[in-house]
Amino acid sequence: MSNLSRAELENLAKLARINLTDEELTIFGSQLGLILDSVAKVQEVVNDSIVPMSHALPMTNVFRPDVVGQSLSNSEALAAAPSTQDHRFKVPRILDEE
Amino acid sequence: MTNLSFDDALTRFEPTLGLEVHVELNTATKVFCACPTSFGSEPNTNVCPVCLGLPGSLPTLNEKAVESIIRIGLALNCQIAPWSRMARKNYFYPDMPKDFQISQYDEPICFDGYLDVLVPDQDGSTTVRIGIERVHLEEDTGKLTHAGGSTGRIHGADYSLVDYNRAGIPLVEIVTKVIDGTKHAAPLVAKAYVSALRDLVRNLGVSDVRMEEGSLRCDANLSLKPIGSETLGTRTETKNVNSLRSVERAVRSEMVRQAAVLDSGQKVRQETRHFQESDGSTSPGRSKEQAEEYRYFPEPDLLPIAPDAAWVAKLKSELPEAPAAKRERLQAAWGISDFEMISVINSGGIDLVEKTIAAGCDQAAARKWWMGELSRIANELDQELESLSISPKQVAEVESLIQSGTLNDKLARVVIAAVINGEGSPAEIVANQNLAVVSDDTALLAAIDVAITQSPDVVAKIKEGKLQAAGAVIGAVMKATKGQADAAKVRQLLFERLGVSE
Amino acid sequence: MTDLTKLTAVEIATGIKSGDFSAVAVTKAHLDRISRIDSKINAFLHVDTEGALSQAKLVDEKRDAGKALGDLAGVPVAVKDIFTQKGVPTTAGSKILEGWIPPYDSTVVSRMKQADMVLLGKVNMDEFAMGSSTENSGYGPTRNPWDLDRIPGGSSGGSSAAVAGFMSSLAVGTDTGGSIRQPAAVTGTVGVKPTYGGVSRYGMIALASSLDQAGPFARTVLDAALLHKVMGGHDHHDSTSISAPVPPIVEAAKSLDLKGMKIGVVKELSGEGYQAGVLSLFQDSVAILKDLGAQIVEVSCPSFEYALAAYYLIQPSECSSNLARFDGMRYGMRVAEGNAGVEEVMSATRAAGFGAEVKRRIMIGTYALSSGYYDAYYGSAQKVRTLIAQDYAKAFQKADVLISPTSPVTAFKIGEKTNDPMAMYLNDICTIPVNLAGIGGMSLPIGLDPADSLPVGLQVMSPVMQDDRMYRVGGALEAALLNHWGAPLLDRAQQL
Ligand SMILES: [Mg+2]
Ligand SMILES: [Zn+2]
Repeated sequence: MSNLSRAELENLAKLARINLTDEELTIFGSQLGLILDSVAKVQEVVNDSIVPMSHALPMTNVFRPDVVGQSLSNSEALAAAPSTQDHRFKVPRILDEE
Repeated sequence: MTNLSFDDALTRFEPTLGLEVHVELNTATKVFCACPTSFGSEPNTNVCPVCLGLPGSLPTLNEKAVESIIRIGLALNCQIAPWSRMARKNYFYPDMPKDFQISQYDEPICFDGYLDVLVPDQDGSTTVRIGIERVHLEEDTGKLTHAGGSTGRIHGADYSLVDYNRAGIPLVEIVTKVIDGTKHAAPLVAKAYVSALRDLVRNLGVSDVRMEEGSLRCDANLSLKPIGSETLGTRTETKNVNSLRSVERAVRSEMVRQAAVLDSGQKVRQETRHFQESDGSTSPGRSKEQAEEYRYFPEPDLLPIAPDAAWVAKLKSELPEAPAAKRERLQAAWGISDFEMISVINSGGIDLVEKTIAAGCDQAAARKWWMGELSRIANELDQELESLSISPKQVAEVESLIQSGTLNDKLARVVIAAVINGEGSPAEIVANQNLAVVSDDTALLAAIDVAITQSPDVVAKIKEGKLQAAGAVIGAVMKATKGQADAAKVRQLLFERLGVSE
Repeated sequence: MTDLTKLTAVEIATGIKSGDFSAVAVTKAHLDRISRIDSKINAFLHVDTEGALSQAKLVDEKRDAGKALGDLAGVPVAVKDIFTQKGVPTTAGSKILEGWIPPYDSTVVSRMKQADMVLLGKVNMDEFAMGSSTENSGYGPTRNPWDLDRIPGGSSGGSSAAVAGFMSSLAVGTDTGGSIRQPAAVTGTVGVKPTYGGVSRYGMIALASSLDQAGPFARTVLDAALLHKVMGGHDHHDSTSISAPVPPIVEAAKSLDLKGMKIGVVKELSGEGYQAGVLSLFQDSVAILKDLGAQIVEVSCPSFEYALAAYYLIQPSECSSNLARFDGMRYGMRVAEGNAGVEEVMSATRAAGFGAEVKRRIMIGTYALSSGYYDAYYGSAQKVRTLIAQDYAKAFQKADVLISPTSPVTAFKIGEKTNDPMAMYLNDICTIPVNLAGIGGMSLPIGLDPADSLPVGLQVMSPVMQDDRMYRVGGALEAALLNHWGAPLLDRAQQL
């Protein structure tokens, strides 16, 4: 039974951009450990010769012709934005590079 | 920390290079939606639910983008994967509407190729083969403007503004294999590679490759190791080096900087660095010591790309002649040295020269005009040679007017300037502006007679055999005929008139 | 006068065409019922009274002008709040999207509009379709019309409750691991998950892109087929959409003929953990199918044992990526403004906007895709997917369709399983393999469990793009059961 360590959990939360409260960290730690133990079952039946299935149907080469279609107007594009300025989306300052 | 010169650095260390170039394709629409790709539109007008990443939207793959990347791969002598997939590269950033980039991971469309580039050296040039690791397709991000604060840069900004017009423009990423053994030539190799790649892509017609507009962007990876060492040093990645000159400068200054760090016994930090256009240096960015966690996985919304062999063969058969092959062919045909050839290539006028020759011009004259007078004018106008409003055919016409004696060199320059000025074809300009060399002896003789009467002293000297004095009279005649006379002819007629012989 | 809400979709469409009643009358009858009883059910998140009435008026005008009307013209439909509808609020059951008005129609919505259907509004769901009970909605749970203390299934619980509660004749839902079939089973309605790629996903807010599929809810198999036909077919906006016509499902639903059909009972989908009443009603139906002339065979799908584990890796992985865009930058909720940097604003917004189940699954997915764990978790899960598809391929060599119970249990009590995610996940044990393989699946009601008097569903599964087969079996079984019962099962539900 593997509980996720608090550090692992905090790192996951940071990667996923979700602030977790202390309480959530505690509950999720045990719940996720339980779930991950259970889903690890998939490793029991697989081997190198099985081709992984990424898509439900074996289709390939679905392309679109390079023809210009309808875009949104600037006001439609910005209509739902929490904040805008100069016809652009306004976002908080970026502290971390990249 | 000690400061080492470039040459000092190379006595102890040798560089290892790796270059990543992003090329924006010039398709009409974005890679995953039907929005136009036009540059310079009003902000957030070339956007739709797909490229804004609105909930529920789905990507669809632009066929022309796939065709273009296959053509680039073929031109770079790559293998074309018979089956490949798009992948999601997951990371959060406000310029990326879905907070993942649709890119490719372990299954690029093109892989394992090479590009031969001509690197200048003391003896002329050397051909260096640059291995191509992979060529893959991905989408560009939106454009951030950093506002507030004082610098307009990301640091110290109060907030940022995002325009998603660029989000979803197709990008082709071309990654080299490790480039070793270039030593002191590393900066030139880097520059020559980017330049050759730019020519190759332009030649294919799949991108505008305008570095100043960002349609070709280069990231340079560099590490140093002690000479003879087998293990690679810690590398840095200098981002967004956006002109040919900057590529050379960035590699050079990073070599010097890393050498100084190593020389003082410190370790090079694995990080991204930013190139400073002002002084050619690089400055530290984010540390990359912690491995990136992009959580790549196959893009479930797009199906695998499996170009059939016949399609690839057809695209291959339709490729234009490769720049390297063309260079060799033309150099042999023209019979010129490596050095002369490099100056043609560097001027960006190789096609213009070729077309001028095809229009009937002598090769030396064609090169002379494009490398000389026309390059000078282009420089003055701050334009590329090819955007000058004079065609190779018109240049050939000017040269043929010289050959027939209608124009002399000086008049030809006037005609060329007039053509560029939009005053008509060379023949029209000669006719309309009465610019032809005066070769009618009567008119010339009249002018000579006038000059003789005006300078009796000089005439006397000439008659005494002091032929060098003739210059003054010839000058007067040339002035009187507004330079349209052929000076040699004037000299011949003057001596005949005066009954002296040379 | 007839209660217009009690009619089937076919009866409504026929009545409007023949002029027995108007589309406006039908719409008003449903809007009235919604305003009368939905405070008890909480199926609707947004009732589009104005839009529905004006669409109904257009249908009546078209009819009066003698213009051709679609098969389902004037029939009311409730839309799961996961589909974008231009100008109508769309939340996917999440607080993070509260107040979002999409600027575009999903393909499913635009096809229903084109077919002259009347869109009543948006119905409740588990947040971003994660759940089997609709308790995970950011807007309160939906209740089962059979018993208001019980869940209506999930994640399309608003859709199942709207149809079971006679507030809408039809509804659309989405099914990623059973989210149409399980709610249909526990509410005594018919729910269909078409072949993956059979209905466009464009404009349907993604949970797990390689598994999600939209489908119909109805009170009869034929009604479901008619809505499926309207929604389905190729769409160039969705690369995974199949470029072929919808199979002949309407004809199949009407055929009522099972002679010569081979029906496989999946051995692995029964036994321990299944409610006794569910199993006995299932056996009764097998007997009926045999009586109808079908040949019953047993098939074995050994890899199904790993389906749940594979699903709870693939689905959270894809969802962790699909839900990244809800970051407070372009639409929806944004919190922690002030002086906070962009990373903090994103993290605070997602913390405030997402519920616990969404956070759990994003965390699992983030973990499973991380470089050190990818091969062991996500990679292995994708291989299990291959094994399951192979099991189905073998089974379909022995049988034309496969059957099983839809859900091992009947509707449970609200709150009963909220603190035990693993117990909740077991609800989808019978439905998940279908999504992993991309085949079609249908649930139809086969009776009430004598122990709790709650509906039980039977699942019919058909091969890729052979959806007509499940409609043929469903239609015939439904007719036989109706004959046996003497009245539709839903007539036995409490009066609301
Ligand atoms: Mg890239
Ligand atoms: Zn777009």
